[in-house]
Amino acid sequence: MGELYASFIRPKEINLLYLIPLFPLIGAFINGIFGKKIQDKLGKRANHGIAIAMMVAASGVALYAFLGMLIKQPAGHRMLHDHVFPMIHIGSLHLNFAFAMDPLSGMMTLIITLVGTGIHIYSTGYMHSEKAYWRFFCYLNLFIFSMLLLVLGDSFAMMFFGWEGVGLCSYLLIGFWYTDKKKASAGMKAFVVNRIGDFGFVVGLFFLFWGLGGYWQKGQYIDETRGAKDMVTLTAGPSVLPQSGEFVAVDGFTRKGVTATWIDPAHAAHHPGESLNLLAEGKGGPGAGAEQVSVVVGPTMSFNELRGQLSITDGGGRRPLAEHLAKKKVWGVPILFFVCLGLFIGACGKSAQLPLYVWLPDAMAGPTPVSALIHAATMVTAGVYMIARLNFLFVLTPGAMTVVALVGVMTALFAASIGLFQYDIKKVLAYSTVSQLGFMFIGVGVGAWWAGAFHLLTHALFKACLFLGSGSVIHGMHFLEHHGGHGGGDDDKPKDNRLAADPHDPQDMRNMGGLRRLMPKTRWTYWIACVAISGFPLAAGFYSKDEILWKAFSGGNILVSGKLIWAIGLLAATMTSFYMWRSYYMTFWRREPTAEMKEHVHESPLSMTSILMVLAALCLVAGPLLGFPMAFSGKEPLLERWLNPVTSLAPFRALTHDKGLEIGLMMVSITVAALGLWAAMALYKDESKTADKLLRLRRQNDGVHKVVYAKYYVDEIYNATVIRGYMALCRVLAWVDTYIVDFIVNAAGAFVRGVGWLSGKIDKYGVDGAVNGVATLVMAGGRRVRKMQTGRVNNYVFGIVAGVMLLFIVTVVAL
Amino acid sequence: MTRKVLLAALCVASLAPVGSAFAEAAPGTAPAASEARKVPRLSISPSKLSFDGPGSQTVTIKNTGTATLKVFEIRLLNEGRPDTKQKDGTPTNLPFKWDGSAPMAQDLEPGKTLTAKVKFDPAPSQKQGVGAVQVICNDANLRAMPESTNDATHESSAYGAGIPLRAGEGGMQGWLLVLMVFLPMAGALLIVLIPSKAGKNVFRFVALGTAAVTMGLAVYLFMHFDRTVGVANGNYGLQFVKQFVWIRAFNVEFFMGVDGLSVTMVILTALVSLIAVGASWNIDKQVKGYFVMFLLLETGMMGTFVAMDYFMFYIFWELMLLPMYFLIGIWGGPRKEYATIKFFLYTLAGSVLLLLAIIALYYTSGKPGVLRGVPSLALSDGTPAAHTFNIMKLTYLNNFEAASSILWGIKFSHLIWIGIFIGFAIKVPMFPFHTWLPDAHVEAPTAISVILAGVLLKMGTYGMFRMNFAILPEATHWARTALAVFGVINILYGAFCAMAQTDLKKLVAYSSISHMGYCLLGMAALTEQGMVGSLMQMFNHGTITSMLFILVGVIYDRTHTRGVNEFGGVASVMPRYAALFGFAFMASLGLPGLSGFIAEFLVFVGAFNVYKLLTILAVTGVIFTAAYHLWALQRIHLGKFNPKWEHELKNNDLNFREMAMLVPLAVIVLILGFYPMPALDMMTTGMKDLAAFVESAAPAAKGAAVIAGM
Repeated sequence: MGELYASFIRPKEINLLYLIPLFPLIGAFINGIFGKKIQDKLGKRANHGIAIAMMVAASGVALYAFLGMLIKQPAGHRMLHDHVFPMIHIGSLHLNFAFAMDPLSGMMTLIITLVGTGIHIYSTGYMHSEKAYWRFFCYLNLFIFSMLLLVLGDSFAMMFFGWEGVGLCSYLLIGFWYTDKKKASAGMKAFVVNRIGDFGFVVGLFFLFWGLGGYWQKGQYIDETRGAKDMVTLTAGPSVLPQSGEFVAVDGFTRKGVTATWIDPAHAAHHPGESLNLLAEGKGGPGAGAEQVSVVVGPTMSFNELRGQLSITDGGGRRPLAEHLAKKKVWGVPILFFVCLGLFIGACGKSAQLPLYVWLPDAMAGPTPVSALIHAATMVTAGVYMIARLNFLFVLTPGAMTVVALVGVMTALFAASIGLFQYDIKKVLAYSTVSQLGFMFIGVGVGAWWAGAFHLLTHALFKACLFLGSGSVIHGMHFLEHHGGHGGGDDDKPKDNRLAADPHDPQDMRNMGGLRRLMPKTRWTYWIACVAISGFPLAAGFYSKDEILWKAFSGGNILVSGKLIWAIGLLAATMTSFYMWRSYYMTFWRREPTAEMKEHVHESPLSMTSILMVLAALCLVAGPLLGFPMAFSGKEPLLERWLNPVTSLAPFRALTHDKGLEIGLMMVSITVAALGLWAAMALYKDESKTADKLLRLRRQNDGVHKVVYAKYYVDEIYNATVIRGYMALCRVLAWVDTYIVDFIVNAAGAFVRGVGWLSGKIDKYGVDGAVNGVATLVMAGGRRVRKMQTGRVNNYVFGIVAGVMLLFIVTVVAL
Repeated sequence: MTRKVLLAALCVASLAPVGSAFAEAAPGTAPAASEARKVPRLSISPSKLSFDGPGSQTVTIKNTGTATLKVFEIRLLNEGRPDTKQKDGTPTNLPFKWDGSAPMAQDLEPGKTLTAKVKFDPAPSQKQGVGAVQVICNDANLRAMPESTNDATHESSAYGAGIPLRAGEGGMQGWLLVLMVFLPMAGALLIVLIPSKAGKNVFRFVALGTAAVTMGLAVYLFMHFDRTVGVANGNYGLQFVKQFVWIRAFNVEFFMGVDGLSVTMVILTALVSLIAVGASWNIDKQVKGYFVMFLLLETGMMGTFVAMDYFMFYIFWELMLLPMYFLIGIWGGPRKEYATIKFFLYTLAGSVLLLLAIIALYYTSGKPGVLRGVPSLALSDGTPAAHTFNIMKLTYLNNFEAASSILWGIKFSHLIWIGIFIGFAIKVPMFPFHTWLPDAHVEAPTAISVILAGVLLKMGTYGMFRMNFAILPEATHWARTALAVFGVINILYGAFCAMAQTDLKKLVAYSSISHMGYCLLGMAALTEQGMVGSLMQMFNHGTITSMLFILVGVIYDRTHTRGVNEFGGVASVMPRYAALFGFAFMASLGLPGLSGFIAEFLVFVGAFNVYKLLTILAVTGVIFTAAYHLWALQRIHLGKFNPKWEHELKNNDLNFREMAMLVPLAVIVLILGFYPMPALDMMTTGMKDLAAFVESAAPAAKGAAVIAGM
């Protein structure tokens, strides 16, 4: 047995992180319980005042914690940990209500709190005429709380709490206008489809928890599930340098020779107040190199504990526990494949990937700020975040990573193609979101964790900007719902949704056009966001998307050729550029605004446009600031440097480092983006010139248009197979229950009743008959015998003598 | 090595005075029969070591019997765990040490004592210490420690039970359960004595008061139940014990107590009964008779959970059945006669099987091949007894499976297991014995549905734990896979059937069937997590389903229909109702953050180690469960408001009474969802012991793989 090392991210225990989710929870609680009274008595300002104040507070704490971590912690140990209270301590299962923030979750936290605050402010304008204003802000705050649980939770279980919590809030917000049955159904669809994903998530988690079941005894790892997890003491790897004056964390390790001891979470369970006192004893420490750490070995649900035990390295640089886990099989398949596949199914549900993406376009039934916050910027990226967080696990199973990358790229293409012909502006953005999430999955699938996370960040900015921009437009076009403008549908068959717009639909782009004159601020911010998403340099999307495509092209972490992924991705990127610019030109150009529009449409209030401007500015700044490519600067991008320690156990394996090739591919990307822009401009910028051409094009390709416009009939197919099959099965089983299982019971009952009847008859005529018969007999006999009782003594004497004689004879004969 | 006999000195609930009147009386009341034989008897004082800081105490071990007491070993216990020693002999994580040399194993003549000093030397952070001294000796009244427990890994679950009550369980605490059981009966008696003309509200308030005081006692139980006491601490892990000989001719004892298995059920019974009194408020027909029956039912339920004598258990079990028959049969809906007869016959059939099994167990107990570690059985006052109904002695002192003969090709113990199991499975109800449940629910008044689903169903699973698992662990191993399969069938079958229902109450009834499946799956896993999860699910299902039935009752009271399809948009006229309805449905479909999830999660984690495919199948249940809940929610609450109910529902949101029933339950569900510790803590020690005990009867384990080279 060689010397073992463990390479840790050592968390700093800080009793602060819980405040970040706590504030929005308080907001949700106040608005949820007292919101209606507040709204009636104090007005809507009070409702959103509470909600926004809580968001600002949460953002402040998040920023403070994040910046403090960046500045104070050494690069390899940027992690904060906050143990709040113990939840479950049974056998090997130790769950604490605890939070952890490292650069990855810190980045997510900032997106959630800052973008979330912006969207709260925006909503005050967008929802100002809503009657259930309080309910909306209650749900929004509750969502932020759940989302923060998801990203800040230090274990799978905590993450799952947030995971389902955001699902609930999504359900509530999609169905916010629940009196509309269609919107309510969309909420239910989202919930149920997400549950399919959750099924995968928990099954994957159970495989992992079971697969980790082993313990450490006498210097050996025994692979057997047992009731408890163990500690092993190892020399700290070079990355664990002692820092005097610091606290030792609950879930980490202990340093030998120091007064601090590793705190058994189970022990802490009974003395919740004491854990911090014990922690404080970790001050001071031995010199560098003499330090020893104890690693939790065995089943665990804590991310850092899991990472810790997989990081155990022997003298030869091999990681025996990680290798063992990677080799462990069940039913002939590596356990980790099931683990990662299960978790990825969960990600597919939440992040709307094939084949579980169907709920997201329907989710656009919710208010537009919700679409921006939940269904673009934050919740739907949870799957990407989860995989990036578990990089050390996914990297052990290339099969699962390949699945992730392939599903990602297929979704990117598939959704982008549907986006090409949609008329509903929010539907375009919805399919765009699905497609962009596909790009993120390509990133994490090929092992470019930081690139996936980076695209998550930039997408949060530009897609929030786009959704809020569309919201601003819809807000402006709202008059259609009441006034019913003439609509300006393009074609001759008004009944066919594909050919003509519903004139009352404020979201249909065919009812828009020329809005650049009426909503200049919205138009320019939307333009910037379009630049960003379609991948032009200097705007955010270019840096992240291109990094993903380059990493796909050059990476060797997966089992299929990266070039294939790159090529499909590039095609999807072309489509992205086209449909985004199409939406831009259809909405803001195309034609001059009608008189009716001029009368009714105004630029949105400052509460909305200010947020748009901030987001647009960030779209321009964030890219170069955080992700300036190494090909030009020679240095790793800032965000990559931040995230590197998080992903240090799962290095990206590059097959080529050719700088020229990288720049060349970049040029290809820019070219296709320009191609998309050119095509959209040519077709949609000026309707008066291009209407005929468009019509002709569509007539020529009517079949394709029809299928794509109908979203490849996926919903219809699901409906006809899965849902109908399920309902039929339910009805059959209910029938079986009533008419077979219960029939047997009733038949048994009837049988018993029959036996009862029969025995009753037997009783009456048989048993009772016998009894009665005997009685009758005795009575009759009695009547006769009575005659013997004459009262005359001589008769009696005769009887006595006869009896004695009889007895005498019987006795004699018998003897 | 011969079997060792073990005694654990007690470490018990902190408030209990040392030595109750009963405990002191015990040796004196031993009849002449036992004096004829010379026996060694052990006494330890103090029974519990309690320190409020570093210090030392003297422990005296005395032989109070009439024969030589052989002391084999003396150990220190810390909070229920025997110390585990490191290689060099120093104890780990144990702040208790012998002050000076450790006492030696030796023979003690009658009347002789042995003293030793114990030092408490804790870490600076630990201020208080509670511990005990455990003596392994030949006191005849003690039970055996299974030989397999010599293994170091099992040491923490050593069986130190079987001690006569000595300390800590007398006084007020001993009467607590007796009070909780018979208080409702006293309330019923009071109602009988009040003349009918006194007015309906008098009966209602008497019932409410009785249930409320019982609930108060349950809160006391919750506060004072010692979470760390396990079997190793003596009394078989029972607390709040009251025990005396009841019917000497049949060796029947009056024996009540709670352990980790039953304490949450007792609390649940008190809680659900109190809530159900609220739900009974609008019963208008024969109010007096109703509440008499209701309170008798509460006595029956409470007694079933605390009775530790099989005979008593059976009496309470039947006592519970009769009031239920009348409550459905008189106060029920249109098809009440059919439903109530079905319920009665079904449960009665189960009871018959149970009775047969009880008689079989009784007559098998105490035989030479069956007894383990003790030469003979005795009643609690020391009288020798040929057989016993004492559930704890049946569990720990009798090993039926060792002497089980073959009958009709099956081991006799397995036959008994099946008999008991079917008796309880009907109550659960387990597929295919479940059809009485939807009928009974549909016909029962709201309060009775609440009781039925909230408490009565748990009797089935409780009984399985208490009888099947504890008394026949080997047969449990034999049957566990079948149990798991039935659990999964229940989960899925219930969910599928629920989806197809149009009667809301029937839907909730089928959801109960589905949810009880989780209990079966969890217990079949025989892992600590699975078993605690199962127990937690029993508790959570009790609170959540109570909410659901009350909510169904709310809308039925207003509209006199429960058709799921007849509503729509109710949320827009009854927002409070909709909020609580949504909350309860979310809890029922297992949303994390609400208590239902914790239990399901534990069940899955526990079961997955053992049954992978079955667990995966069971997990698909979360999808179907979500589907039928949300669909029902949508049909009732979302969409446009159905103007048909304008008069009934508009401006007719939940009133104070309904809120008072629902909100406390919702708060419990929410708190336990995030912070399940208060409930899990109570269960963990007891279930850990039970899991270890059942595990000790397992067939030989497979060898473990070792990674070479590390």
